[in-house]
Amino acid sequence: MTIAGIGTAIKRVEDAALIRGAGRYVDDVKLPGEKAIIFVRSPHAHARITAIDKTRALQMPGVRAIYTFDDVKHLGPLLALNQSGKLRPLLADGFVKHVGEAVVMVVAENRYLAQDAADAVEVTYEPREALIDVEVAASNSLKVHDDLPSNIINTVETGDAKAVAAAKTRDDVVVVSQRLVNQRVIPLALEPRASLADWNTNRVTLWTTTQMPFGVAGAIGKMFGLPLGNVRVISPDVGGAFGSKLNVYAEEILTCFASRQLGRPIRWTETRREAMVASTHGRGWVTTATLVATRQGDLLAYELIGVADMGAYSQCFTAAIPALGQLAASGTYKIPAIHFKIDCVSTHTMTTDSYRGAGRPEAVYNLERMMDLLAKALGIDAVTLRRRNFWKPQEFPVTTALGVTMDSGNYEANLDTLLDAIDLPALRRQQAEGRAHGRYLGIGFCTFVEPGGLAPSEMADYGISFANYGLPAGSGESATVRVNPDTSLTVTSGTCPSGQGHETVWAQIASTILAFPFERISVLQGDTKGAMLGLGSFSSRSACVGGSAVAKAAEHVRKKAAVIAAYLLNSTPDAIRFVDGHIYADGIDKTVTWTDLAVTAYHNHRTPPDVQPGLEATVFFDPRGLTWAFGSHVAIVEVQPETGVVTLLRYVGVDDCGTVINPMIVDGQVHGAIAQGFGQALLEEAIYDEQGHLLSDSLLTYRIPVAENLPSFELHRTVTPSPLNSLGVKGVGEGGAIAAPPALVNAVLDALAPLGVRHLDMPLRPHSVWEAIQQAKEVQYVSQSL
Amino acid sequence: MNVTLTVNGTLLSHDVEPRLLLVHFLREHLALTGTHVGCESSFCGACTVLMNGKAVKSCTILTVQAIGSTITTIEGVGSTETLHPLQEGFREMHGLQCGYCTPGMILSAIDLLQENKNPSEAEIRASLEGNLCRCTGYHNIVRAIQYGAAKLQGLPPPASLFEEAGR
Repeated sequence: MTIAGIGTAIKRVEDAALIRGAGRYVDDVKLPGEKAIIFVRSPHAHARITAIDKTRALQMPGVRAIYTFDDVKHLGPLLALNQSGKLRPLLADGFVKHVGEAVVMVVAENRYLAQDAADAVEVTYEPREALIDVEVAASNSLKVHDDLPSNIINTVETGDAKAVAAAKTRDDVVVVSQRLVNQRVIPLALEPRASLADWNTNRVTLWTTTQMPFGVAGAIGKMFGLPLGNVRVISPDVGGAFGSKLNVYAEEILTCFASRQLGRPIRWTETRREAMVASTHGRGWVTTATLVATRQGDLLAYELIGVADMGAYSQCFTAAIPALGQLAASGTYKIPAIHFKIDCVSTHTMTTDSYRGAGRPEAVYNLERMMDLLAKALGIDAVTLRRRNFWKPQEFPVTTALGVTMDSGNYEANLDTLLDAIDLPALRRQQAEGRAHGRYLGIGFCTFVEPGGLAPSEMADYGISFANYGLPAGSGESATVRVNPDTSLTVTSGTCPSGQGHETVWAQIASTILAFPFERISVLQGDTKGAMLGLGSFSSRSACVGGSAVAKAAEHVRKKAAVIAAYLLNSTPDAIRFVDGHIYADGIDKTVTWTDLAVTAYHNHRTPPDVQPGLEATVFFDPRGLTWAFGSHVAIVEVQPETGVVTLLRYVGVDDCGTVINPMIVDGQVHGAIAQGFGQALLEEAIYDEQGHLLSDSLLTYRIPVAENLPSFELHRTVTPSPLNSLGVKGVGEGGAIAAPPALVNAVLDALAPLGVRHLDMPLRPHSVWEAIQQAKEVQYVSQSL
Repeated sequence: MNVTLTVNGTLLSHDVEPRLLLVHFLREHLALTGTHVGCESSFCGACTVLMNGKAVKSCTILTVQAIGSTITTIEGVGSTETLHPLQEGFREMHGLQCGYCTPGMILSAIDLLQENKNPSEAEIRASLEGNLCRCTGYHNIVRAIQYGAAKLQGLPPPASLFEEAGR
């Protein structure tokens, strides 16, 4: 028997199936008689559809049906949490607004026959001018959607512009300013999206690749007019998500529609190209950041102004992403005046939405690049400048100049842990020696916050309401903990993992609180039929909101179990102790077991008077605020000036996510997030050409990190518990993706400093690094000759 | 077209369309769903199987090209009772998160360890060029393969991660 305590690196329960190939992803679920969908998608970024001829396709073998917009327009557009901008029609409505937009849906016996028929559908387009560049679109008279007043669909503005302006014009200050690009990237979960719908009379079951089954169920209920209880959404094993499956997609609604029309189970499985052009993208900000400080390095003001590319249609969070970004805008620093203004701009490209961090990596990247530029301008060491401006531990909870409250933090101790791990003076010596021999080493820092644990009550303040999906706007996360009659325990959670190991971690929480054998605990999740209600897994919320709900439910069960145990032991509930699967009362030389309690709880005639039968609790946990994880990361790189190739030599991170439930899983989250941040910093970019064709639409043209690109990571931690939940936990899923891009870019620019390169935009591919070196050389050559 | 081939030790004969991809044959005709499809273009490696003992990408091989061959999928690795040392390594060293790339990773690693019993970290990383993982940053995949390599040579495997709580 194992009582898997909080803080134990217990091996994952999930793995037994996954390492044997026995995982069950959506595409592994087969139903008898199922048919397959293939979509005909737009090859144009902007065009009017002048004709759709399905005559020839309808005569192809195995074709069941072919649908266009007119067949589905009664369902309305796709629902979204943030309503700014144009909602996506389920199929193109007379016009296409981005390459990859679904125009025609073909249903046939299997995917091969459906593809044959899709190839025979003839769509005639009249191409129009497309707006691809976000800055051009922001100020263009041509509009992406004629029925909207402007391409700017939302402006997220907060802070005090006047105070910032006043600080800038003081004559005793240093002002640094820089235009920064946070390029559009593709989340790229390895498992493409897939949906399998089975509509039966007035009920529908949908297996789908999602992070938010309740959101999908709510949207289906609203769009088809079904009661929520008649819609069951199952998200089985999910092969990675990172925000790309945090949505309600047209394909999910359309598989349900086709199943209703045809009376058969209907499957759609995304191809990789579709995943590139028609699953949501992330980032896509172009900003100008300005940082104002005294000559001693005390920060006075910070301004971030720019545009964010929304793509053509608004889906789940789309225009709310910058609002999440402003949360992290001032990072770990006490800045008296801040002004944040991001215009959300439509373009003829795929929708952007959540990608690991969702707005927060963009915001922190801007600030952390500016901190390095300021340090350089002041001639102060980048670490010293950061430390000088940290919020102090005794100041928490703190409220930033943007009115955001941070729960707890100890940034200085965290940074000290990092410095202890790396021996910075020795690294600086190596760097100097290297430079003397033509080797360009760079050391780049990032200190950051990771505001996570989004709960809907908080989210309503940022223009996000789950009510649009027919769900309550404020309910946090639910959990049910039940001790079963067979002395097993079932945890049911509204969270929905895509590889984060909840099955293990939720069991650890319940096992610890109830001193219940870990091996006898099952976790049910990712199914709207099972859980009370849940919003899913995103925004580093699962452990601090969902896990806290599990803890709270377990505490309720313990309370009831104590009443029953006291009855059996002739004691009082407050004298009952739970230790290693045994239950005893202080001062009584007798124990009972969980079996005794289960037997008593489920046999009416044995339960104590005034105690309801059963041994379970369902609770909601809605935290009073966000949790603010934080950390300090450093990247050590070498740049080859002859080729522009950047090699990451060493990466050290110190993360603080409060109480750690399973250190193995926490470190795994940080590893993966760093790798994704590395991808953004050095490799990845969704590139549209001027006509709006996505050039990076395959794994050949969109490179994500391979094993050889990366070193092993060195991780350490500090522990500053959150006061906002009983476990003291904070989110940890996104920190690495927030930290790594600025740490890496700062490192490369530190390496290139002697060559005169001041700034570079991501991704730092060899060509752009090489070009920047050549340009800097020319500038130096010219200035020397003058 | 009739195809005869051996899959996970069983000789099979099936009629298939000539254009049927091997991965779809395995997944849809044989219900061996442990072989995954990630890109249909040989880049991601989620569909890796062993064909006559060598790792191949089953998403870009036609079933008819596999006539007469011997295929091993993840379902043919280890047994219900006993895990293959590499499977054990992935579990012990937290070498997987979502698990989608894992079967392909394990089969590629089997191929690697057949060629090189005791690969260095650099050799392991280089050998995974054709297998993408978006969750782990590869850190623990490297350790999982080191664990499997040690175990296959009868050496004591490296200590599992975090035997004790905290650090």
